[in-house]
Amino acid sequence: MSQERVIVVGGGLAGLAASVRIAEAGVPVDLFSMVPVKRSHSVCAQGGINACNEVARQQGYSEYQHFDETLYGGDYLADQNPVLEMTNWAPKIIDLLDRMGVPFNRTPEQNRDLRLFGGSLFKRTHFAGATTGQQLLYALDEQTRRYEAEGRITKYEFWEFLWPITVGEGEDKRCVGIVAQDMRTMQIRSFRAGAVVMATGGCGLIFGKSTNSVICTGGAASRCMQNGAWYANGEMIQVHPTAIPGADKLRLMSESARGEGGRVWVPRKQGDTRKPTDIPEPERLYFLEEKYPDYGNLVPRDIASREIFDICVNQDMGVAGQNQVYLDLSHMDPDYLTRKLGGILEIYEKFVGDDPRHTPMRIFPGVHYSMGGMWTTYTPGSYDPGGRHGMHNPGDVTPVDTEIGRGMQLGAHNNMMTNITGLYAFGEVNFAFHGATRLGANALLSCIFDGLFSGVSVVNYVRDGAPKGEPTDGLDQGVFDRAAAQEQAKADRLIGSGVGDSDPTDPTHNPYAIGHELGVEMTAASTVVKTGPRLEQCLTKLDELTQRYQGVKLSDSGMWTNQTLSYARAVGDMLILARVIAEGGLLRKESRGSHYRTDYPDRDDPNFMKTTIGRCHPDGSTSIEFIPVRADLVEPRARTYGRKDSDSKSKSKQEAVTAS
Amino acid sequence: MAIAYAHESTADQRRANRKKAVDGRTVICKVKRCDGPGKPSRWESFKVPVEPGMNVIACLKHIAQNPVTSDGKTTTPVVYDSGCLEEVCGACTMVINGTARQSCSCLIDEYAPREGDTITLEPMSKFPVIRDLWVDRARLFNSLKRVKAWVPIDGAYALGAGPKESQANQEVRYDISECMSCGCCMEACPQFNIEPDESKWDTSFVGPHAIAQARLFNAHGVGKVLKNDRLDELMGPGGVSDCGNAQNCVKVCPKGVPLTESIGAIGRQVTLRSFARFFKGR
Repeated sequence: MSQERVIVVGGGLAGLAASVRIAEAGVPVDLFSMVPVKRSHSVCAQGGINACNEVARQQGYSEYQHFDETLYGGDYLADQNPVLEMTNWAPKIIDLLDRMGVPFNRTPEQNRDLRLFGGSLFKRTHFAGATTGQQLLYALDEQTRRYEAEGRITKYEFWEFLWPITVGEGEDKRCVGIVAQDMRTMQIRSFRAGAVVMATGGCGLIFGKSTNSVICTGGAASRCMQNGAWYANGEMIQVHPTAIPGADKLRLMSESARGEGGRVWVPRKQGDTRKPTDIPEPERLYFLEEKYPDYGNLVPRDIASREIFDICVNQDMGVAGQNQVYLDLSHMDPDYLTRKLGGILEIYEKFVGDDPRHTPMRIFPGVHYSMGGMWTTYTPGSYDPGGRHGMHNPGDVTPVDTEIGRGMQLGAHNNMMTNITGLYAFGEVNFAFHGATRLGANALLSCIFDGLFSGVSVVNYVRDGAPKGEPTDGLDQGVFDRAAAQEQAKADRLIGSGVGDSDPTDPTHNPYAIGHELGVEMTAASTVVKTGPRLEQCLTKLDELTQRYQGVKLSDSGMWTNQTLSYARAVGDMLILARVIAEGGLLRKESRGSHYRTDYPDRDDPNFMKTTIGRCHPDGSTSIEFIPVRADLVEPRARTYGRKDSDSKSKSKQEAVTAS
Repeated sequence: MAIAYAHESTADQRRANRKKAVDGRTVICKVKRCDGPGKPSRWESFKVPVEPGMNVIACLKHIAQNPVTSDGKTTTPVVYDSGCLEEVCGACTMVINGTARQSCSCLIDEYAPREGDTITLEPMSKFPVIRDLWVDRARLFNSLKRVKAWVPIDGAYALGAGPKESQANQEVRYDISECMSCGCCMEACPQFNIEPDESKWDTSFVGPHAIAQARLFNAHGVGKVLKNDRLDELMGPGGVSDCGNAQNCVKVCPKGVPLTESIGAIGRQVTLRSFARFFKGR
């Protein structure tokens, strides 16, 4: 029997960590990515990566406190055991990245420096300049290149994942390979593998403009869903309050701009066309300061996002009639601003062309991260508190130690496996760890943790699991040929739909126009503020777009490097995933974390401390059901961030200032 | 080919252009197109209505939705490489008005401020064209293998912290580690020439970015165990002696990577290494 191979789809932090872990165990890896892996979206993460450390530990912090914060931050929607394992591993992961050569900032004594970040009162965030994600990705990219040079990893860059190949039905369904397309030659072919790891990231493009890279369509997750994988908590989408609207995408503006005294306002006169500097003080509406006199511009993130959204979308008071408000620093001393905020002001000037020291910045909330994703399971570890543990305070003796395997059992075949045997999901594309909203600087951690920890599970599965009983090598070639033929037929149908005599600029069947309208609709109905009627309207719009998509016409029918085909195909998959996101939001009749319904403003644990499961059926229809969250370790508390306490103001201010 | 450098003289000029940009204007986006390897190139022009804050990517997206040239001919959307659109992934590099740079951070106001102004987009010339503005930069990543740009750790296990490091050394490494492998330095380098033949990639010039990466890993407490391997590679054909000291690379680097300084540092390390080899025979 020849050696089973593992396919990893996606070359961001999760995919590279998995590739390295699996390859070093002696299992050959085929790594697929739509871009050279060094250009994956993980490079965009700026702030840092959380982990308990010795300084924080001696101040009363612990891995367990990190665990508790992550559950609390996520409003108790996350299955709890995987979060415990992740936070226990965090310090080990920092050490590993350090050994790989990540240039973490240093203290005078040459130790790793730390910074304060939202959601914690302890310095627990490690960072490398202002480009931590880029530095971590490069470290893993370098290790991947090393194994590539040794022949242990084979890269397929500029290859697009099209379909997971499966055998069997129902609970016996098993993933045995993928169909992929070379984005240059347009060749479509099948690949066999003992197991497939999806590490394809988020789905920001469903919302049109987001902070995500252009490849983050969610298309790969949707394709798995169309072959039976469950998609969980899709409605949980994190929106960052201050992004810079661009004609092509949204770019993050750090919250430190508000922390340093930035004021948020719009002209009082709707559609005022004057330059902001020409509008006198009395004619400006400082809506956060008026509505929240205590907190002013430093209201917590979710409130800031909601109020800005309300002013623009519901009240139509946005600057120049568009979805944007002013974030104004121009009343402050330019030298002070340069000293405190130099780097981020330069980014604004580079991409917008205005100097924020003299002209108010224009900002709007931007879709940033998907807590939801492919549903994954796990084998619980050895920690059993015998009943949910109460609130954990700094300095308390932790109820469990940090030995490997307390949260999840190391190497169990099913860790981060989807409901399809042999199909795994790692990183942002799964739904584990972050619940209903994600703590800043926990994303990089979850991606790398998945690769390193559950990578062991993949290795064990291909050695002892289903492939051993029925090796992929022995499977009938017809299974693979049929899957490739199905994808070829899809591509041919799209290519063959060429515009012919029709007008290529007619938006009815233009894939770019359909994708644009999808983004506008999903941003308006299914992000910051949701209501039942608006989500129903959104579903009607999705019906219309799906109808139009049936007749989609491509303005490029070439059989060489056809990017229009790739995008048009993704639009079809995005429409299906968008439906699951909107339906989940409609049926989740409560507010929790990033999911805010004005018609159901409170958290409803009895009915909705549940995981949303979205499914796609063979006829293309979708359905939603709810299953219980696995929450045996910690008792849920109200997520108030101390707002009701007397010290709420200073605490909230600190959180707002340090998050980015 | 004459290249104007983004960092040389035009930063102030571009800022001045921004100030005189006319609202509601239409500009001409002139694109050098090619249907595939070995196919002839041609120029196509598109009229693009300028929105506030528009960059080259937004221009190309507008063209994708309306693929009609300025003389009314229906054509195909322009093919180009792109990723983060925040100038950290390096994907969307192309030659704009004669200068290699990222198209995401290229504002139309800075390049074509008046009604009817033209902005010219070409693929990088030092890498083989795949289609239109998309080039194949595989050679660039191959050169990272040549210089063993990694720390040879004992596997991805928890084995304690890495070596301690001074903040001063971190700053040297961080500046080099921001290199996003975009290829601007190679496009500008007169010694770096297009080489479609993959079999020659291990002996043709590695380029400024790979030399800087060798310095990055030689400066790491554990990475330096491969220092001699890296220097031996850079002593050979296509190594540091191919540098002609034109200093174009550092002028075009969008991240301000200290390329010429790194080439100098590696040059000195190579010299010491060659003495050691001469006297010790290894």
